[in-house]
Amino acid sequence: MKKELLCLVILAGLLVAFPAFAGPYALSVATLILYFAYTGQAWNVMMGFAGQLSLGHSLYVGVGAYAAGALFFHYGIGPWAGLWLAMALCAGFGLVIGFLAFRFGISGVYFALLTIAFAEFTRIGFDHLDWLGGPGGMFLRVAQRDVWDLANFRGPPLMYYYAMLFLTAGAFLLCFFLLRSKAGYYWQAIRENEEAAQALGINTFRWKMVAVALSAAMTSVSGVFFAFYYNNLFPEQIFHISRSIEIILGPVIGGVGTLFGPILGAAVLTLLSDGITDLLAALGWEIPGIKQVFYGIVLLVVVMFLPHGIWPALYRRLGFHK
Amino acid sequence: MSLDLVVNVVIAGLLTGLIYGLMALGLSVIFGVVRVVNFAHGEMMTIAMYAATVLFAALKLDPFFALVPVAAVFFVFGYALQAGLINPFITRPEHSQFMLLVAVAIIMVNALLMIFGPDARNVQTDYQLESFEIGRILVDKARLYAALVAVGAAAVLFAFFRLTLTGKAIRACADNYLGAKVVGLNVKKYYSLTFGLGSACVAVAGCAMVLLVDVTPPLGPYYTLLAFVIVIVGGLGSMAGALLGGVLIGVSEALAGLFIAPSAKSMFSFGLLILVLLLRPQGLLGKRT
Repeated sequence: MKKELLCLVILAGLLVAFPAFAGPYALSVATLILYFAYTGQAWNVMMGFAGQLSLGHSLYVGVGAYAAGALFFHYGIGPWAGLWLAMALCAGFGLVIGFLAFRFGISGVYFALLTIAFAEFTRIGFDHLDWLGGPGGMFLRVAQRDVWDLANFRGPPLMYYYAMLFLTAGAFLLCFFLLRSKAGYYWQAIRENEEAAQALGINTFRWKMVAVALSAAMTSVSGVFFAFYYNNLFPEQIFHISRSIEIILGPVIGGVGTLFGPILGAAVLTLLSDGITDLLAALGWEIPGIKQVFYGIVLLVVVMFLPHGIWPALYRRLGFHK
Repeated sequence: MSLDLVVNVVIAGLLTGLIYGLMALGLSVIFGVVRVVNFAHGEMMTIAMYAATVLFAALKLDPFFALVPVAAVFFVFGYALQAGLINPFITRPEHSQFMLLVAVAIIMVNALLMIFGPDARNVQTDYQLESFEIGRILVDKARLYAALVAVGAAAVLFAFFRLTLTGKAIRACADNYLGAKVVGLNVKKYYSLTFGLGSACVAVAGCAMVLLVDVTPPLGPYYTLLAFVIVIVGGLGSMAGALLGGVLIGVSEALAGLFIAPSAKSMFSFGLLILVLLLRPQGLLGKRT
């Protein structure tokens, strides 16, 4: 435990100091890694802890992004208010989906497909909402990039990096304490054997609902970040099922249900994707699609040979287990 | 809006829906037996469509003849995919299986993009522009032939499962994994066989579909979602349900395209899916487990 804590503190220190050494490109890659680490951590609460497979988490990213984005776009209200709206809306969405699914005993593959259906339904719905820009997209005003305008969450890339680092660290700590709380043990019991959990007197319906609402609210925060970092929102992009898959890849590759898995997985996948781009550019093989083919092959190999993800294997290798 | 137009649109939707049904039948058979959701289903469909366009361009082979070799190749491919990749995953958790097939789908759709580029491809036969006139109702020849082929292929598959000993063995594996093992069935071999058959269904559906729509790589993920919607509506694992779901989705898409907006048509399908999941989660013709 001491060794783990020491490693974690060193890592945190390195991440805080990172912008001092990194160029603008490395900083943007690091921000992207943290973005996926945070979002993956949020997804992990639902799947990794409570065992409910969601393949439609792009719904919460999208609704969060559009909620905060629309407040800013139409009324000039900054993201600090928008954040609450986004979290409330997404928790509500999550509760509705969870209620409908869990009340009617929908689980496993059927639940996963239901989450896809809701995300796709919303995507097409937003395509027809002219107030939010429809398929043409919604564009937030880009303000001065060199001033830290915290009230409106406008500023240089460095600000976004630290915001994402803060969020990732916060989500990590939250999950650390959640896993050791009553809720965490309830969730793990439900994940391992729902009937047995129920027989022990756990209100499985209620705790699954809590997991969905929490996971949705956490995911909506990445949506708010997305809106103010990229400044443009298209339903076709933000709600698409490939976005949901992107969110899931990190924790699955890193290790579902582990605390550090989503962070490690996000770093490995983002750097891998970047590395493949550089390698192919160096070789001069720039055919559209080739990068994703390599990415798919690596994914296939990892899923086949590391069924529990990279982190559990690495954890043993590093001698962290007691 | 005249009634003729509505009738014509409904008939077109129904015929297209039968091809959707055959595509979904492949997914349903695979899930019903192997209990793995094939997330690369639509991608396999587009590969079959590309294969038909290549055979047409190179050999002037009509897609209705091309479907025989394409289905044979797909059967072997599906068998190999199950035997080599998916069989080791059948005892793994669902998200692990999901990730495996997502990786396969990513490779497939982008390999198509690499080979064929992003431009749409199609086949052009003379009968695609012709139609039968029954009174004031027009039925496209190509659409009708394609739908008939889909129904024929589905009938062959039904007969195979009902009448042959192998079909019976596969149904036994689907009903009771342990029981099938106890009586000495090589369950993994039958799983591979089933995946091969499901792939052959998709191949036939793809060759039929290429007569009606142009094929591009992004069509793959779209068809995957469409196939999910259809099998859930009809009942995951139910063969008749897949065809019924295909027709329902085909007609509702056509009507939504006519009355609301073409871009809203899949919203209609997803709405239908959500309703079915909530009111009858086992699907219209599915059995409760």
